[in-house]
Amino acid sequence: MAAPMLRWCCPGRRFAFARVGCGSCHRRGPPTGSTSNGKRGQSSVAQQPHITAQKPRKGEPEWAAVVGLEIHAQIASNSKLFSGSQVCFAAPPNSLVSFFDASLPGTLPVLNRRCVEAAVMTGLALDCHINRKSLFDRKHYFYADLPAGYQITQQRLPIAVNGSLAYSVYVGRKPSQMVTRTVRVKQIQLEQDSGKSLHDDLRSQTLIDLNRAGIGLLELVLEPDMSCGEEAATAVRELQLILQALGTSQANMAEGQLRVDANISVHRPGEPLGIRTEVKNLNSARFLAKAIDYEIQRQINELENGGEILNETRSFDFKLGCTVPMRDKEGKQDYRFMPEPNLPPLLLYDSGSLPSGADPQQVINIDQLRERLPELPRVTRQRLVQQYGMLPEHSCVLLNEVGLLEFFQNVIKETRAEPKKVTSWVLNTFLGFLKQQNLAVSESPVTPSALAELLDLLDRKAISAPAAKQVFEELWSNEGKTPAQIVAEKKLELLQDPEALEQLCRSTLEAHPDVVMDLKRGNPRAINKLIGLVRKATLGRADPTAIKEVLERQLSS
Amino acid sequence: DLGQITPTELCQRCLSLIKKTKFLNAYITVSEEVALKQAEESEKRYKKGHSLGDLDGIPIAVKDNFSTSGIETTCASNMLKGKVLCTPYNATVVQKLLDQGALLMGKTNLDEFAMGSGSTDGIFGPVKNPWSYSKQYREKRKQNSHSENEDSNWLITGGSSGGSAAAVSAFTCFAALGSDTGGSTRNPAAHFSRHGLIPLVNSMDVPGILTRCVDDAATVLGVLAGHDPKDSTTIQDPVKPFTLPSLTDVSKLCIGIPKEYLTPELSSEVQSLWSKAANLFESEGAKVTEVSLPHTSYSIVCYHVLCTSEVASNMARFDGLEYGHRCDSDVSTEAMYAATRREGFNDVVRGRILSGNFFLLKENYENYFVKAQKVRRDVLLTPTTLSEAVPYTEFIKEDNRTRSAQDDIFTQAVNMAGLPAVSVPVALSSQGLPIGLQFIGRAFCDQQLLIVAKWFEKQVQFPVIQLQELMDDCSSVFENEKLASVSLK
Repeated sequence: MAAPMLRWCCPGRRFAFARVGCGSCHRRGPPTGSTSNGKRGQSSVAQQPHITAQKPRKGEPEWAAVVGLEIHAQIASNSKLFSGSQVCFAAPPNSLVSFFDASLPGTLPVLNRRCVEAAVMTGLALDCHINRKSLFDRKHYFYADLPAGYQITQQRLPIAVNGSLAYSVYVGRKPSQMVTRTVRVKQIQLEQDSGKSLHDDLRSQTLIDLNRAGIGLLELVLEPDMSCGEEAATAVRELQLILQALGTSQANMAEGQLRVDANISVHRPGEPLGIRTEVKNLNSARFLAKAIDYEIQRQINELENGGEILNETRSFDFKLGCTVPMRDKEGKQDYRFMPEPNLPPLLLYDSGSLPSGADPQQVINIDQLRERLPELPRVTRQRLVQQYGMLPEHSCVLLNEVGLLEFFQNVIKETRAEPKKVTSWVLNTFLGFLKQQNLAVSESPVTPSALAELLDLLDRKAISAPAAKQVFEELWSNEGKTPAQIVAEKKLELLQDPEALEQLCRSTLEAHPDVVMDLKRGNPRAINKLIGLVRKATLGRADPTAIKEVLERQLSS
Repeated sequence: DLGQITPTELCQRCLSLIKKTKFLNAYITVSEEVALKQAEESEKRYKKGHSLGDLDGIPIAVKDNFSTSGIETTCASNMLKGKVLCTPYNATVVQKLLDQGALLMGKTNLDEFAMGSGSTDGIFGPVKNPWSYSKQYREKRKQNSHSENEDSNWLITGGSSGGSAAAVSAFTCFAALGSDTGGSTRNPAAHFSRHGLIPLVNSMDVPGILTRCVDDAATVLGVLAGHDPKDSTTIQDPVKPFTLPSLTDVSKLCIGIPKEYLTPELSSEVQSLWSKAANLFESEGAKVTEVSLPHTSYSIVCYHVLCTSEVASNMARFDGLEYGHRCDSDVSTEAMYAATRREGFNDVVRGRILSGNFFLLKENYENYFVKAQKVRRDVLLTPTTLSEAVPYTEFIKEDNRTRSAQDDIFTQAVNMAGLPAVSVPVALSSQGLPIGLQFIGRAFCDQQLLIVAKWFEKQVQFPVIQLQELMDDCSSVFENEKLASVSLK
């Protein structure tokens, strides 16, 4: 049951883990996987996780792809990085703009403590070295949604460096064949988000919304240690889980809280790395994987046809499923970096270096933040496997679906049913219903308590397994009723009166002499037919094993 | 002595002097209504016996590159002129003065965006030096004059805080805020006999204080100093209130004379006054030694690179989108940027933006900016300017860039090093014009610096500017010019 169930749980829109069939090598061939899989997201049937590379054909030289990522994660904070403006998604345009955000002359940046803590926590969770001193710089460019004409970032000395991010991918067909891959985290820097430009082509106007301008971002640079779209998407998914577990970012890609740029190049193994292109603004994991795989194939095709790869910025057209060159803004940009004169160096301390008598509001103690780190997804998965004896891939699914782990744990708390039973019900039945109706866990009509009660009924054999399924369906469509009420109304409780069962069995045998004959002639499957008939007569309220016992006794007597 | 006077009377006298000295072009905006309203409030406090302190009811002026809520801030630029909404808040230093009950008389003239050393390059025209009209200067001129038209030979104020210096010098207010990145407060102060003080600094760009004596500068500094939660570059350590004890013994002082400041361009008069001042300290028992600041000649170059780079960056926000001037062109966003910035900024500002951006280009950054930064890193006595104030007609013979490089030569190194400095008037030149000397203190030793300056001020007994002709009847009331001696009721 596990395998199809897992695929069930790996719809295109969320990448639980990747299957990397052909290692990391890529072959010539047309870019696939972009057009043929156009409907992946909407389909509710089981899907095989996407396989990136083409099957190798003999005698052809192989290509290796190299993928690095730049990820911008919006920091979950009440106020912006350098101003007191509130941070809130989908507020009316320009309603969350302070004088500083609009770059009015004379306004100065004041660093938000919460954003620094978020950066340090993220750095610690990714095993980074936290720089005790980091610096802010200005990156200049003229753009309508950048009011100051520069972005405050950390170019020279970022807050965290040299970390790593581990993620699990499938290497074979079996879900148990998961391996852990690691991508190095080059650096994490604090920087400002820009505003939003809305182009009104009809009136040839550009409208500017500065609500987003100045929100704190974590820019995470992942080294080019990945080799296909699935790996990149899986790494991003794992990062998303870590950020969410830390609470440092909501990391919702659809709301733009997590944005990814991918650097992609191909080369022949043993040869130097190829020229890379950058695919910008990928705002879903699915598009990220598709864009990368398309771009890898495009580069291979280009090179195989004697072409060359330009060091350019491309965007992903999700309608066409391909990457296209972006209009280059007046050639090469020189960002004219300079130190931000209005911000002193950012100093961080540990318990050893903390200056005595320092105002706790003004200093950040890395050791204290380390102690406050929550359980990270990797540890949670290990705990689930150990504590509940579930398969590693089941632990992955529990974490990958937003809110599912909490749901599972709430059910576990309230039920006497076996953890394995709970896992199976949550991952098969519950998640299956959610997927079929494209609902999030939070939108489920069935509460953890209701499912726990249902599983208790099943556990003390008050109802049969098929009846439990029926109760679940009722729970799903008729909110407000408890499982016990449904069982009573539909008379689904198991026959507890042995005499009544004896009676029903006897009358079934009498009514179907042909089946009895069939059985006596040696057809072993005839007993199942009889069990089915008795169950029907009991309206599904009798346990099949109990029916079998009674039938066999009556037949042999 | 003013005797007992009410804040309203004091305010009205200053307003009347502002009107009489309008031709100096010291003010861009006179905030008469605001000042009178503030005076009224102040008067109520005095009547109740709840004065807010030394500055309550005292007329002040603010350079027009400090934000003031409700009063236009122009930076003497078309970019901001007529756009009151651009700065809907008070700069912290302004707010601190207002919180002490000071009366805001108006916003003073400057070079556009404070880029210049003459206060001649703003859209409101040059500021004229009140010393041009002083009895001292006029008498000397009559002796030396070649019967030129008197008014055509008016003197520049120095800059870029010339308006603030002129405003204080012409008795239209008791203290004024200037800003100082390379000498913009001390330079005009030297040309005026006024005390230009720059306090402890972290960034190169700092507020300056212009007053008529060292004690007043200390009072204002006491109000302004301290951590500003809105400015991360301000020092968080608590500031002790400023009191300046009178120094009687200078024998424990060590005065350094930087030898590199003895440049060929230094006027013989300034040089002679400088050595007289050194001798004065020595004769009173102070240890006076020659010191070497080998980086001085590089400092002005570095200053130019760092300053223009900051300018290029800071001015990037004036794009016509969110506020300020916007051109009529709507061909494209880029064309709008270009036209807006061409129309909004003068040649000087545009020139500095251009060179700043050049230094910041990737290929040049290491060569210029990083080298300049490295050079940037204790009481020294130096000249403030090369010579006394020059007539406007002389001044405009050189371009802004050259003049700034010349005029900021003794002052900008302080900004580079982040040190407190004060310019104190010493004596009148043969032309009857004031010459100032600069004291440079050790980091965070503003108080010690001011104590030495106060001692020096007492020794030199610099004469009061005589503007009788200019002020008619008014001047007598301001003869006792110290803030502390003003008795408000």
